[in-house]
Amino acid sequence: MNSKLKVSRFDPETMGSGQRRWDEFEMDLHPSATVLDALIQIREEVDGTLALRCACRASICGSCGMRVNGEAKLVCKTRIADVTEEGTTIVIEPMGNHGIIKDLVVSLDPFFDKVRQVDPYLQPDEEPEQGEFVVNNDSMENLLTAMNCIMCGACVSDCTVLEVDEAFIGPAALAKAWRFVEDPRDDQRDERLKELNEVEGGIWDCTRCFKCVEVCPKDVAPMDRIMEMRDMAIEAGNRNTSGYRHTESFSKSVKKHGRLDEARLAVESAGYTNIPRLIDLAEIGVKSVLKGKMPPIVPHKADENEKITRIFERVESERNT
Amino acid sequence: MKFAFYPGCVARGAGPELFDSAVAVMDRLGIEWVELTGASCTGAGVLQEKDQKLGDILNIRTLAMAEQLGLPVMTICSTCQGVMAQADRRVRKDADYLEEINGYLAEEGLSYSGNTTVKHLLWVLVEDIGVETLKKTFVKELSGVNLAPFYGCYIVRPSDALGFDENPERQTSLETVIESVGGNVVDFPGKTACCGFPILLINQRNSLRMVANHTGTASELGADAMVTPCPLCHLNLDGYQPKARRQNNRGKADLPIIHLPQLLGLAMGMDAKELGLGKHLVNTKDIVGKVESIPVAS
Ligand code: SF4
Ligand code: SF4
Ligand code: FES
Repeated sequence: MNSKLKVSRFDPETMGSGQRRWDEFEMDLHPSATVLDALIQIREEVDGTLALRCACRASICGSCGMRVNGEAKLVCKTRIADVTEEGTTIVIEPMGNHGIIKDLVVSLDPFFDKVRQVDPYLQPDEEPEQGEFVVNNDSMENLLTAMNCIMCGACVSDCTVLEVDEAFIGPAALAKAWRFVEDPRDDQRDERLKELNEVEGGIWDCTRCFKCVEVCPKDVAPMDRIMEMRDMAIEAGNRNTSGYRHTESFSKSVKKHGRLDEARLAVESAGYTNIPRLIDLAEIGVKSVLKGKMPPIVPHKADENEKITRIFERVESERNT
Repeated sequence: MKFAFYPGCVARGAGPELFDSAVAVMDRLGIEWVELTGASCTGAGVLQEKDQKLGDILNIRTLAMAEQLGLPVMTICSTCQGVMAQADRRVRKDADYLEEINGYLAEEGLSYSGNTTVKHLLWVLVEDIGVETLKKTFVKELSGVNLAPFYGCYIVRPSDALGFDENPERQTSLETVIESVGGNVVDFPGKTACCGFPILLINQRNSLRMVANHTGTASELGADAMVTPCPLCHLNLDGYQPKARRQNNRGKADLPIIHLPQLLGLAMGMDAKELGLGKHLVNTKDIVGKVESIPVAS
């Protein structure tokens, strides 16, 4: 099929950081060709200076992450026919949230720094009695979701928080942290959770935007892993965050009224002793009142909301036993 | 066309102008509705962090209520749409799980068997009503009005819960509606990104950086307003825009954020005040003036 590719180019020797140039290529490709096939064909036949990274060509090594039409993908796994129709242009860029070395090649140093930050190795208190640690199959199967990560950086590329805050540990490294938190051989679980709960850029900074879940080629679902760690951190007694207060206040409101009480949620998340945040909230609140749209002082309720309360009570009592 | 209407907590709380404008517009569109007043909050993903099963029970309960009425559910909130669709997908994939959930609903005489769907008004417009019929309800063509779409995460991700394979038009539905009112679509990469609301009360600095990026970029691209089908995005992009843009040096807070039904109402020739356009924090008078100066088509 006839395909048009628009490729982002960056040459560190002649361009300043942040600059880029767009090159367009038109070529005839087999419908089952991948984006990587197309790029290699360009490099071999049209422009030998095009820099890109790849190795396995079979979505195993994780080295070919790029943005295709604005979304991070492994280009060896992405077929041309799946991202374009005859005649439309495919836009190929380096991954986001990574520094660009040349053309489509990004630096993975910050990526691996973040992975190192979560101590990605087992920390048992004692040596196994003899030979090796024996663990059951179920606990290993549980870990498989996160162990499938091939460190491609696609989730990091499209993470909406990393876009505004470099300090966020990010989806890949947090999924890696989960893998060790969940490993029965590790004895630092509580310490890990405490750290992830408190550190700048930890588990509470994720916005739950689903981008990492959507783009991960290996179904690691980093966001789900982060949400599980929030719950585990709370269960392990970490209750000192506004994230915890937010979740608690939210569920208390739904339990009691069946609905969400926005005003109380805001105040309780800030914490009753956090005066600057409360003043800040009051400012927005006063403006809302003036505009005639303040949340009701008496919270709105679902009809027969006691039925909803009963469901909460039942699930909570089962959870506690 | 009749729906079990699920407006969501914000439309029933901090954003009454959304509820009022939606109801007014649904009337013009000939959509009949009955509100699910006994339904709970969806949990918005927050409750699900703490206990996903509990969240699923509540949402399947809502779907069961609609099923009992023999009606599909309609929402006016991207977040509610996504959270309910995710719960629906989980029980559809796993019969044992559905049975377990139904066990919690039996006491109320409710049970879900998968015979209903959840649809945002945005999808109803392009799928059930159709662009041609929709256009017949408009009396004004908003030509020359530049509108930036802003979807809200949960109406675009995770894609496998949202029926995009069967209904690919959902992915561009907001642009379709903007075009149908005659407006120019201001395309920008942030349109499917996060508005920052979920972390507003947790990490305000980051949340406001997102608000400043999206509204600042759309303004710079010449948008007269931003249109959103999500009241949570609205709360953040509107309510916190002044502070966000000030803190991040992204100029004046000059981008009105309009609820989807308000846009439809303007094209239908409804009064701006009746649509609640005076209730937003970012002043809407420029965009309202621009629309009011367009003559009603005869
Ligand atoms: S869900 Fe969280 S970790 Fe994943 S991309 Fe969004 S903000 Fe980043
Ligand atoms: S979690 Fe998925 S997207 Fe992220 S680095 Fe690992 S394999 Fe790639
Ligand atoms: S080349 Fe190895 S994953 Fe694509």
